[in-house]
Order: sequence, then structure tokens, then C-alpha cells
Amino acid sequence: MNYIKNDTVPIPAADTSDQPDIDPQAMPDASDQPEIATQPEIAPQPTPDTSVQPDETAALASVDEEPVVLIRGLVKSFKDHEVLRGVDLHVKKGENLVILGKSGTGKSVLIKCLVGLEWPDAGTISIFGEDIAALSYNKMNALRVRIGFLFQNAALYDSMTVRENLAFPLRQHKKTMSKEKKEALINEMLDNVGLLDSIDLLPSKLSGGQSKRIGLARTLILRPEIMLYDEPTTGLDTGTAREISDLICQMKRKYNISSITITHDMPCARITADRIILLKDGIVYAEGSYEDLEQSEDEWIRSFFY
Amino acid sequence: MLRFFREVFVPPYEWREVFYQCYLVGYKSTFLISLTAFIMGVVLTIQSRPSMAAFGAISLIPGMVSVSVIREIGPVITAIICCGKVGSRMGAELGSMRVTEQIDAMEVSAINPFRYLVVTRTVATTLMIPLLTIIADIVAFLGAWLAMNIHDTSTLRHFFQAAISHLGFLDIFPAVIKTFFFGFVIGIIGCFKGFRARRGTESVGLAANSAVVASSIAVFIIDMLAAQITDLL
Repeated sequence: MNYIKNDTVPIPAADTSDQPDIDPQAMPDASDQPEIATQPEIAPQPTPDTSVQPDETAALASVDEEPVVLIRGLVKSFKDHEVLRGVDLHVKKGENLVILGKSGTGKSVLIKCLVGLEWPDAGTISIFGEDIAALSYNKMNALRVRIGFLFQNAALYDSMTVRENLAFPLRQHKKTMSKEKKEALINEMLDNVGLLDSIDLLPSKLSGGQSKRIGLARTLILRPEIMLYDEPTTGLDTGTAREISDLICQMKRKYNISSITITHDMPCARITADRIILLKDGIVYAEGSYEDLEQSEDEWIRSFFY
Repeated sequence: MLRFFREVFVPPYEWREVFYQCYLVGYKSTFLISLTAFIMGVVLTIQSRPSMAAFGAISLIPGMVSVSVIREIGPVITAIICCGKVGSRMGAELGSMRVTEQIDAMEVSAINPFRYLVVTRTVATTLMIPLLTIIADIVAFLGAWLAMNIHDTSTLRHFFQAAISHLGFLDIFPAVIKTFFFGFVIGIIGCFKGFRARRGTESVGLAANSAVVASSIAVFIIDMLAAQITDLL
């Protein structure tokens, strides 16, 4: 069991019992680890039970390789409302981390912080070992090319056809690529999502599920190494939601993408998750595999499953 | 505004989008601008004729029309029409793109949305409003010539010659220069209002509305300043 709970204020958890054994000598040199900033000042929390709550070093030690995404002590407020109150998490290469939580717990804010759409008030975000707060605009953009973001409503450019939506990022970032190669890549991506015949349609002619698929194709066309899915199945019927979940898994296998998925949809979480994090009141409340969390005796956790 | 000048001269240039916006701003507004200018030319001539006739100055109507149209009516009417047509479109379009996260989608795809959306549109309006004003001036002359022929007789050639003979450098040059400023403020305000729209559909309407109001006021202020500066020359 990899989840924890505190009776009063929950504390971020990372029990290492389920992690593979790590030979201390095989541990990477400390200099290889991403720099960890001093923890920000956050609302006072009760002292964690050290029997189940490892310290930060132990949390890092549980990562058997350098994580592609490492978040430490992330704090974000909007005016007086503190949405994130010190979130710690990591994503390993090739892993799909699902973040669950009720509405308003800051799930979307969290992944928007990863791509610079929101900037945290405190805490550090390292992606591929780079602290994004320290990056210049150009370097941040270079990093963004390696990250894909699927928006909740797909955010297709509605004045462009499907073909133009997919061609647009290529036109901006693959200027030396020949027209034929671009066309082939667009066709391949549309084929991946099963919508090759919609190539000349405008987004207004697409259904919700089709829009999500095209959004996914547009995001994947730059071959990102990390995908961020913001509620990919919200607003879709069960069948279509299942198709999108399967598609996320397929793309992960095909392109070996690490990903973070924000969702309320438990079937989607079950299909796509390698690991699940539950956010509550702006911090990580529990963490573990789908099966672990499903068997939890904690009422709040069980409310997601039943 | 500072950001615009920081980014407009730095490559890569979005020529394709600039040309497309020029087409939308210029070509798509030509009919409306021409129709309005034609009516203004007709009305100006019909309403001024009785006063001019009272002084026996019918032959001065082409000159009066040309100075009015070139110095004031052409540029201002064109700009105000474009505030309504172009400024509101840009405010609503960019506001809607903000609300539906399309601008965020550009940002996370490492595409500079300010450069792609704001710079291109502002360049397009800055270039197209002067051209539309020239068209408006010519069409207003045609309207005035037709209106003059209701009661009097004048050939088109004679009318244009009489009109142009009354124009001097200080009638034309400041009028042309101010149209570039009109175009600039219409584009930058329309885009700014849309780009800064908040979440929610209501903000799209507000962005379009405030784009029209703010750019119209800006046009009148620039016109007043231009009149003052011209007066000093």
C-alpha cells in the first residue's frame, strides 16, 4: 500500500515499500539529481508520522532514475485563495501519472504550472532536470516543444481546418521540413487517431470526441516526450471516453511518452494510470496504484471508486 | 504597445498571416467603406449647395468637398467604420480565442501568440486604413460629382480638376500621416482588448464592445492632435 492519510491535515506521501529495492551503491551521484530549492513557507502542518512519511531525501531516493518531471513544494494562490499548498510529485520516464481530485483542488492549475501558463508562488518545477523558473523565454519555448498539452476542450484553432491545425505547429517549428514530409506526418497522425477522412473539416463540424482526437494528433505531431492531458474524457459518452483512454495508452506505447493525466473519470484512470495521486485541499493526499487505492479504507478515497 | 515595437522588427516575420489579415481588413472592408464614403459625398454636396448658391459660389463646391473629404471626412469616417468592423472583430476573435484556450494552446506549442495574433493584425490595420482612406476619398468625390449633377452640370474630369486644384500639401500630407496612426490604434486596441479578455463568454462581448469604444475615442483624440499640429505648420 502506497497511500497515506493524516487525520488532521494530510501530508504528501511517498512510501517506498512498493518501490524496487535500490542498491545504495547504484544510487546516482547527488550532483546528478535536480537541484531542490528550499521549501517554501506554507501553512503550518502537523508533524508527519515518520513511520509512514519519509522525508524529502527518501522521496527522491524512491525515484530509481532521474524523473522527467519533479515538483517540490509547489504553492499557487489566486488572490486570497490558496489552491496548491505545497505539492510534491515526480514522473518517471515512460510513466503515466494520473492526478485525481475533486473540482477546485488545483489539478488543472498544477499542470498549467508545468508549461508556464501559470507561475507558482513558491516551490520548484524541474523538467528534464531544468528548473523552469530559471529559463529564459526562448529556453522555455524550446522546452515546451518537448511537452504536449491536450486541453479539456481540445482548443483547436477554429478558423483553421483540421489539416491546418496540424500543419500550424510544423510550420512554426519544422521550417526546414519539406512539404511532402509535413503532409505525410499530418496523414500519419490523423491515421493514428482514426480521423484521416476529417482532414478538410473545420473544428465546428467535429464532435467532442473527434475534437479531442484531433487535439491529440496536433499535440503529438511535434513528438513530445511528455504529454499533459487535462481531463481528456470529460463531456464524452462512455464509449468515446473509453476510446480516448485507449488512444492515450496506444500513443504512450508507440512513442514512449511520459504523461500526466488530470481526470475525474475512474475508468480512464484505471485504463491509463501507472500510478495515481489524489489531490485534496491543495496537497497530495494519497498515492499509489489504482488497485491499492481502490482497496483503501479511507472514506474520502473510496468515494472516488464507489 | 511597447511589446509591439519590441516584437514587430524581430524575425521570424509572420508574412502569411499579415497578408491574410490585410485581405480581411482591406478587401473585406472595401464595399462598406465605399458605400459610406459615396453617401457622405452625396450628402455633403446636397447640403452645402444651398449655402454656396446663396453666395453665387456653386463653382467652389468641388473645392469645398475635396478639402472636407481629404482633410477630415475621408480619414475619420474610414477610421470610425473600421473601429466598428475591424476593431470589434479583432476584439471578439481574440477574446473568443482566449476563452476557448486557443491562445494558451499556441503558448504551450511554443508559438508566440502576441507576435502571431497581435503584431500581424496591427501591422495589417496600419497598412490598410490609409489605403481604404484613399479609396473612400475617391468614391466620395464620385458621390459628390453625381450629387452636383442633380441640379448643375459638370463633367467628371472638370469636377476632379476643380477639386484637386484646391488641395495643397498641408491638406494631403497630414491627412495621410494620421491615417497610419488611426490604423495602428484600431489594431492595437482591438487586439489588446481581445488578448486580455478574461475567462467566460461575457468577456468576449465586453472585449468587442470596449475595443470599439476605446478605439473610436482614440481616433478622435488623434484627429484633434493632428488638427492642432497641422495648424502650427
